[in-house]
Amino acid sequence: MSSIARLFRAREAGILVMLVLFVVVVGLIQPRFLSTETLRIVLLAVPLILVAAMGQMMVLVSRNVDLSIGSILGFSAIAAGMVFRDYPDLPLAVGFAVGVLSGAALGFVNGLVVTLFKLPSIIVTLGTLSLYRGLLFILSGSKQIDPNDIPEPLIRMAQTSPIDVPWIVIIAFAVAFATWLFVTYAQVGRQIYAIGSNPSAAPLRGIRVMPVTILVFTLSGALAGLAGLIYAARFGYVNPGITGVGFEFTVIAAVVIGGVSINGGVGSVLGTVLGVLLLGSVQVALPILGVSGFWQNAIYGGIILIALVIDRTVRQGGLRGLLARGGA
Amino acid sequence: MNSIDKNPVAAAPSTVVVREAAAPRPRWQVLLIRPETVTLILLVVATIVASRLSPFFADLGFILESSTYYIEFAIVALVLTLVIISGEIDLSPAAQMALSACLFGTAFKAGLPIPVAMGVSLLAGLVMGAFNGFLVTVLRLPSIIVTIGTLILYRGLAQVLAGDKSIGGLPSWFVGIDYRMVGIVPVPVLVFVAASIALGLFLGITIYGRQIYQIGTSEIAAIHAGIRVRRIKMGLFIASGITSSIAGLMVASRLGSVRYDLASGAELTMVLIVMLGGTYIFGGRGSILGTFLAAWLLVIIATGMTVANIAINAQLTVMGLLLIVSIIMTNAIYARSQR
Repeated sequence: MSSIARLFRAREAGILVMLVLFVVVVGLIQPRFLSTETLRIVLLAVPLILVAAMGQMMVLVSRNVDLSIGSILGFSAIAAGMVFRDYPDLPLAVGFAVGVLSGAALGFVNGLVVTLFKLPSIIVTLGTLSLYRGLLFILSGSKQIDPNDIPEPLIRMAQTSPIDVPWIVIIAFAVAFATWLFVTYAQVGRQIYAIGSNPSAAPLRGIRVMPVTILVFTLSGALAGLAGLIYAARFGYVNPGITGVGFEFTVIAAVVIGGVSINGGVGSVLGTVLGVLLLGSVQVALPILGVSGFWQNAIYGGIILIALVIDRTVRQGGLRGLLARGGA
Repeated sequence: MNSIDKNPVAAAPSTVVVREAAAPRPRWQVLLIRPETVTLILLVVATIVASRLSPFFADLGFILESSTYYIEFAIVALVLTLVIISGEIDLSPAAQMALSACLFGTAFKAGLPIPVAMGVSLLAGLVMGAFNGFLVTVLRLPSIIVTIGTLILYRGLAQVLAGDKSIGGLPSWFVGIDYRMVGIVPVPVLVFVAASIALGLFLGITIYGRQIYQIGTSEIAAIHAGIRVRRIKMGLFIASGITSSIAGLMVASRLGSVRYDLASGAELTMVLIVMLGGTYIFGGRGSILGTFLAAWLLVIIATGMTVANIAINAQLTVMGLLLIVSIIMTNAIYARSQR
């Protein structure tokens, strides 16, 4: 157990080093990167990814993957946006409830299909990625939620708060903290790790794999729904054909960089937060370095592959283990 | 298989229950209760329903003409079938189509003659496929996540190459492969049929084909049986890359221009065709015949929805639902027929 704990620490230290190195190198090339303004932009870019990444982290730890979160984000944002547009008198909280609950419902469907029929989550969520996107087009009538339909207080959440840090940043880090409490101290939270470490041993230890897995997908959906509201707050519009498209890949990139193993059972909130911060910094650094924004996806893809190779190397005990090709 | 019994004593030889061997299932069941049959039935039903709804569907020429929108993905799905039977998956072909097509366009814009540019594109397909294969077979990373990574990487590189502009100005002899006919059959459909026959024979009657099934059924057993698992998987990923680049060129010819978002989201279509054709997602089972039939099923369904004026965005709902239903059904059929 202690060696696993060491591994955790080593992973997070590694990501932290990468983050610091990245910031220093970019800062050396372009000193204006090292400013509070940059920090502000990074912090504003992060909440959307961070919230969804907490859900995806739990999904990956349970040895599943959720490709549908981009569509769930879009669906929830549209659903909440339509409430704001059509019932402007209702309090903001109703919109939040609609967004989070619709996300949770869609996530629940993912979990149910995956566990009930014992199907690989990647194919199921590839299907629901398309299914939910189609549904959101039908729900919205392919019409965008315009900026003047998004309530003013929601927009302000992306700008200020009583302590001068935008609300969405506070919410995102509060979600991360709550997730940390959940996976560290709650029994169910620990069971997610047990399931991901050894899915066939978990039931023998009395863990009810099906409800826990469904819960994980539901949480992932709910958090993607919350991310949908953050999207509406930050960008001030929701478009059925744009909002959340390709978002799943950004989140998976962040989570995998954060040291969450795609083989399940390994991953931490701290690592994921650092991964999200690293990704956010890359996003903000590109224009400052004068690199075309077109590079962003290629870099994300490259980072995912590098993170996978590093994960492999760590698990096989260094490069020698990797090249010795022992074991699976 | 049930070695993890609760009580080890219970598993002692004396108490092992001797199970009667199940009687072999009647031959008609073996022949009929298989996923391909379901695909065929669905295809017939869909065709009948569609031709009732619209007289267009009674016209073979119309179906062949509309099929050119999907046939490129169907061609890639043929190779993807082999990949999935071998127990792996490749989610990157759509991105490979985009990158190889953008390389083709860029090479052409740089003044290279079209045949050379096509060579560049095919070479790129080979390299991309080999890179996937390297990550999966040499570094032993799971193909599911590797090809998500390369999906983003390849499409990202296409974006770097082409920006958000489309590269056009292709010579007229190159453009419009979907309008070239042999009789009433468009050339891409002909390519699909030929590829289906070739791959069907390869998978069905060659030693390599049978070995692909063995690898998918049990990779460890295959290794012990002396099958060159890694070499075959590498070959499959490379084949997937080259086929994708051919499909990419066909799209370029059909559209007359290339963009980085060419075939975007088509990984769903490809996986859907393979799953509709009854290939088992966990490997070891499946057939080219199934994929062939499924491609036509998809053409009928998609064209039917378009004729029925269902918006292309709303069609996503049906496609997603279809994917999930088809894996559930395939799994159920295999669970029934196999123990």
